[in-house]
Amino acid sequence: MSAIGVIDYGMGNLHSLGKSLERVAEGRRVEISYDPDKLLKCDHLVLPGVGGVRACMNELRRLELNELVMEVARKKPLLGICLGMQVMLEHSDENGGVAALGLFPGNVVRFPDPQPAEPSPAADGPSPAHHGDRLKVPHMGWNRVRQTRPHPVWQGVPDDSWFYFVHSYHALPQNPAHTLGTTDYIHPFASAIARDNIVAFQFHPEKSQGVGMTLLSNFVNWTP
Amino acid sequence: MLAKRIIPCLDIDRGRVVKGVKFEEVRDAGDPVEVARRYDQQGADELVFLDITASSEDRPTLFATVEAVAREIYIPLTVGGGVRTCADVRALLSRGADKVSINTAAVDNPDFVTEAADRYGVQCIVVAIDAKRVNKKKEAPRWEVFTHGGRKATGIDAVEWAAKMVEKGAGELLLTSMDRDGTKAGYDVEFLRAVSDAVPVPIVASGGVGSLEHLYEGLDQGGADAVLAASIFHQGTYTVGQAKQFLAGHGVRVRL
Repeated sequence: MSAIGVIDYGMGNLHSLGKSLERVAEGRRVEISYDPDKLLKCDHLVLPGVGGVRACMNELRRLELNELVMEVARKKPLLGICLGMQVMLEHSDENGGVAALGLFPGNVVRFPDPQPAEPSPAADGPSPAHHGDRLKVPHMGWNRVRQTRPHPVWQGVPDDSWFYFVHSYHALPQNPAHTLGTTDYIHPFASAIARDNIVAFQFHPEKSQGVGMTLLSNFVNWTP
Repeated sequence: MLAKRIIPCLDIDRGRVVKGVKFEEVRDAGDPVEVARRYDQQGADELVFLDITASSEDRPTLFATVEAVAREIYIPLTVGGGVRTCADVRALLSRGADKVSINTAAVDNPDFVTEAADRYGVQCIVVAIDAKRVNKKKEAPRWEVFTHGGRKATGIDAVEWAAKMVEKGAGELLLTSMDRDGTKAGYDVEFLRAVSDAVPVPIVASGGVGSLEHLYEGLDQGGADAVLAASIFHQGTYTVGQAKQFLAGHGVRVRL
């Protein structure tokens, strides 16, 4: 049975991601590893990520996993999550500016510093009249993802579903066709991107209850 | 737009959920896995575990509890109580915690917060602040930080401390009013507002919830990003779902 590989570059807490993938894997093995040979044998690969982008890129290079990701990106279904999505862009402003993998043209930028809450769109219900409330950074908690185009990973996931986010930086993909979903926080940003055999989420499907499980299940069954 | 979060808090003592009043008079409130599963099904946005024994010989019990709960639920889990070293942080994260909450150790050594945030990311470092109102009548409100489960005064101003903890790398603050904890008299919304206005990171309100109106006050007047409650949920007074319906009815954006 084919395996699902989780690329372990030593920074993230892969426990919850691993157990979520096991839950949707229907008996397939979940290989959490930093060994490129083992990972190359997997059919679906996940690039997770927490922490800072500089440390992430350094660890990927030190373990020669950046080459693995580039190779996988050419031929196998690859999923980036959170920082794992951000390193797929060309450059991140975090940690004073770091060159990333460049699988998607575009950059990663920080949310602007806290500012007064925006009025909510009428369709989304009234906004509480919190005087002086500010939108904080990090963007932490549950927010909606608007699906901007169809994709197999969205199957069974209602549009505008809630997902769990924790991040201070977000991707600015250069090619609008790469955006798969957007989320409103301070301003709308690309919270899901995809091209060819690659898909990436800024939010954490493994922390997003039922819809998150559906998304992961769709990914591990995806044959682009 | 981001939803306000409703977070049931499970005080854990030797593997059981308990609830005390003003940090004392502890009572049994159930098995952590059962309680966590119930809140997950009710639509809780996160869960917080606070190990109130926090004695080193009981750590394996806590780890087993965290592992068992993390296997069952797919929402973020914060664990606190007795977190003193990066090894503690790592041990909890590797057993399935998504964030760890640091309290006394941050007062003893503020640089520990920086060290942990640098290593594991600010997103998983919560600093818990237990505060008590210390101003005299007719004086401007002032709060002091207490540690060791509320037993030890530090002389530190809680609002200044909150700002310092964010500078040190806290990604979120968990604010407990010790005057209110377990009293069901409502959050100390003045304290919440003072901190919320002083820091750029999310704050979680804790201590004193006795009604759904109190949750609303914490979010509205207090400016909290999330509200934490224990007894109203443990005693079955309200479900998390009822709390969310109530808040939605008052125009608060919640995940339903």
